[in-house]
Amino acid sequence: MRAKFFLPLVLFAGLVAVFLFGLRLDPSRVPSPLLDRPVPAFALPDLEGGEDGLKTADFLGGPTLVNFFASWCLPCLVEHPLLLRLGHEGRVRIFGVAYKDKPEDTARWLAERGNPYDRIGVDRTGRAAIEWGVYGVPESYLVDGEGRIRWKHVGVLTPEVWEEDFLPRLEGVGK
Amino acid sequence: MIPEIGHYALVLALFAAGTQAILGLFGTARKDAYWALATGPTASTLFLFLAIAFLALTHAFVVSDFSVWTVANYSHSAKPLLYKLTGVWGNHEGSMLLWVFILAIYGQAIVSFGKKLPPVLRAGALGVLGLLAAGFLLFILFTSNPFLRLDPAPQDGRGFNPLLQDPGLAFHPPFLYLGYVGFAAAFAFAIAGLLEGKIDGAWARRVRPWVLVAWSFLTIGIGLGSWWAYYELGWGGFWFWDPVENASLLPWLAGTALLHSIGVVEKRGALKSWVVLLAILAFSLSLIGTFLVRSGVLVSVHAFATDPARGVFILGLLAVAIGGSLALFAWRAPKLKAEGSFAPISREGGLLLNNLLLVTAAASVFLGTLYPLLLDTLSGEKVSVGPPFFNATVLPLLMPLLLAMGIGPFLPWKKADAMPVLRRLWIAGIVALAAAGAAAALGSGKSPLALLGLWLAAWLFAGTFFLVLERLRLFRLPWKESFRRLRGLPADFLGMAIAHGGIAVLAAGVTAATLWQTEKILAMTPGESVTIAGYDLRFEGVELVAGPNYEAERATFHAEKNGKPVATLTPERRYYPIERQWTTEAAIYTTGFADLYTVIGEQARADGPRTVRLYHNPLAPWIWIGALLAALGGGVSLVGRGRGRRPPKAARGKA
Repeated sequence: MRAKFFLPLVLFAGLVAVFLFGLRLDPSRVPSPLLDRPVPAFALPDLEGGEDGLKTADFLGGPTLVNFFASWCLPCLVEHPLLLRLGHEGRVRIFGVAYKDKPEDTARWLAERGNPYDRIGVDRTGRAAIEWGVYGVPESYLVDGEGRIRWKHVGVLTPEVWEEDFLPRLEGVGK
Repeated sequence: MIPEIGHYALVLALFAAGTQAILGLFGTARKDAYWALATGPTASTLFLFLAIAFLALTHAFVVSDFSVWTVANYSHSAKPLLYKLTGVWGNHEGSMLLWVFILAIYGQAIVSFGKKLPPVLRAGALGVLGLLAAGFLLFILFTSNPFLRLDPAPQDGRGFNPLLQDPGLAFHPPFLYLGYVGFAAAFAFAIAGLLEGKIDGAWARRVRPWVLVAWSFLTIGIGLGSWWAYYELGWGGFWFWDPVENASLLPWLAGTALLHSIGVVEKRGALKSWVVLLAILAFSLSLIGTFLVRSGVLVSVHAFATDPARGVFILGLLAVAIGGSLALFAWRAPKLKAEGSFAPISREGGLLLNNLLLVTAAASVFLGTLYPLLLDTLSGEKVSVGPPFFNATVLPLLMPLLLAMGIGPFLPWKKADAMPVLRRLWIAGIVALAAAGAAAALGSGKSPLALLGLWLAAWLFAGTFFLVLERLRLFRLPWKESFRRLRGLPADFLGMAIAHGGIAVLAAGVTAATLWQTEKILAMTPGESVTIAGYDLRFEGVELVAGPNYEAERATFHAEKNGKPVATLTPERRYYPIERQWTTEAAIYTTGFADLYTVIGEQARADGPRTVRLYHNPLAPWIWIGALLAALGGGVSLVGRGRGRRPPKAARGKA
């Protein structure tokens, strides 16, 4: 009976512990249970609502960087210049999944800031994101030419992350 | 010299706060009225010293004393006087000083208006406030001292965030803090009550005014912030689920729950430990909100780490204040005996449902706001949890809340029969359906969600209206008698009715402005015309104008309706050279029922067309009218309370 009165204190202690560890912890990566598994089966419409969006079969034939993004997502703005640069260099195909966003908002966002994506799938309900195991946006995946997920990065894709985590693996997965 | 006086006053204030804490807390623990009485003068001393410190800092800003670090970093000689004044709290150091100054104002208010409070309870509350003030003053003096000097002093200051150079936001922090810190008063009474082991109807009656004050100020503060975001950010929206906004919404949700359940303690003696927990929660969320926003933690957890001393201090302060009070709660709350029992369908049951929905909504907002922070803390990853999350989790909770708000006040205490209440309410339901249907027929688009939202708003409004009619017994008694009843309505009831009506107006505004917004984004050249929502808008061109400390590109639009000119709109893009920053100034033409909202963007190339954003926002003004009404309702309850406590005859004699 009395235990319930301690519950708020215990919850708060947990919160403080998280903050406290946050002051010490080194940034690390989130492992994905989907690593080395084939990409989930899905098919998404494109921005105009047509069928030519993004589907499982599109991944065959070469390595791909898959980027989950949204026009309402502030960190997505941070990584956007890097994606534009990568798209320009053309070392890897970049597929975008517009997560829980209105297609017209996505389109305007891309028109204003540049479009780095070779293909875009519109995931209005977030259903495909659940299949991929997405935590939130932005999130990026490296998929090999056989359609297997080789790496996952939660959060902003920085040049460091690209060089340390994605580039070596991109060379590993071949063409 | 004057900054040193301010600095010294801060140090003296720390001693006053420490004395107040020791006298108050020990006085309460020993139930010693002699010690307790001494807390009054210490609270006045604290108020005096902090007033001196605050005036000293204000003086430094007004005379642009750039040898003071804070002034040099957040002000500039070319700034208009108004923004020199508001610049005092437009930065971390000054805002912390404002916070603790308001805390001292509340302490002084308890001394001035709480003469009839039991000495032990008053001393306990003042002791808690003293402890909080001491913690804040230590934080200010050791990590955020606004009076530090610069040597040599720079020629001029580095300016002030232009987004804050706006009346809407300039006065936003004081209102917000009056709300946040107001919950500190309720919190202090809750802790004092726990220490004393006395939480009862009398306690609730004494504390409720403080909750009302805090709630009303916070409502105004949030409304001001949202209004500012609407006209200053130029996105045509009024709420962005930004972490900073959420930080102010959290204590409001918890405080609203507190405001409603404290009445249950007052009238029925039930839900005591729950009310105490809510008082702790509302203030804890205020505290967490202040710190997370002010320290930049919510934007990036690394702000915590960039100044480790500040981060650790903040964490320590939160741990002591919140952890300590929750520990006290775990220890003392089980001893609080509930008095009244009640059936599920009753006023108490309705208020409990209201609390459940509000607290769940607060938990969702809390989780959505802190999740990116937690993830960042644990794994260094940055993600956004944006509007989709909040719209999906919070709105489904607020809709049943509106539904319940229409019914709750009809329920009698202890036990209600559902049928007679429902029989009385069906008219409100039909009237609401007619109103929503009529609005949908007039409005643009027929989305079912808009209809539902408008129906809920109309339902709440009609329900509240019928509730008042019933109290007046209009049409059943002669109208003179009804008029007499109107004047005799208890202030609490009148305040509730106004506040609920305000929430109904707000809900209608939010629904229409969100779901019926018309948006046009165009590239226009001077002389071109466009039609939006029945208005013909002609773009005349853009001219350069100079402000006191900015230069602006000002566009001119002539709006016509049915061939008759109705308004000239002049949206601006301002450039602040000192801060090297651009701001957007929307131009809004409002009819009271809708806003025509214009913003101009950059010019892609010289002589090229200009990007223009046009919005038609139906019922948008109702959002802020509603919020203002809600706050007014809180004020009416409060003012009437002070009057109603005395016997009516004596009151009339004095007036």
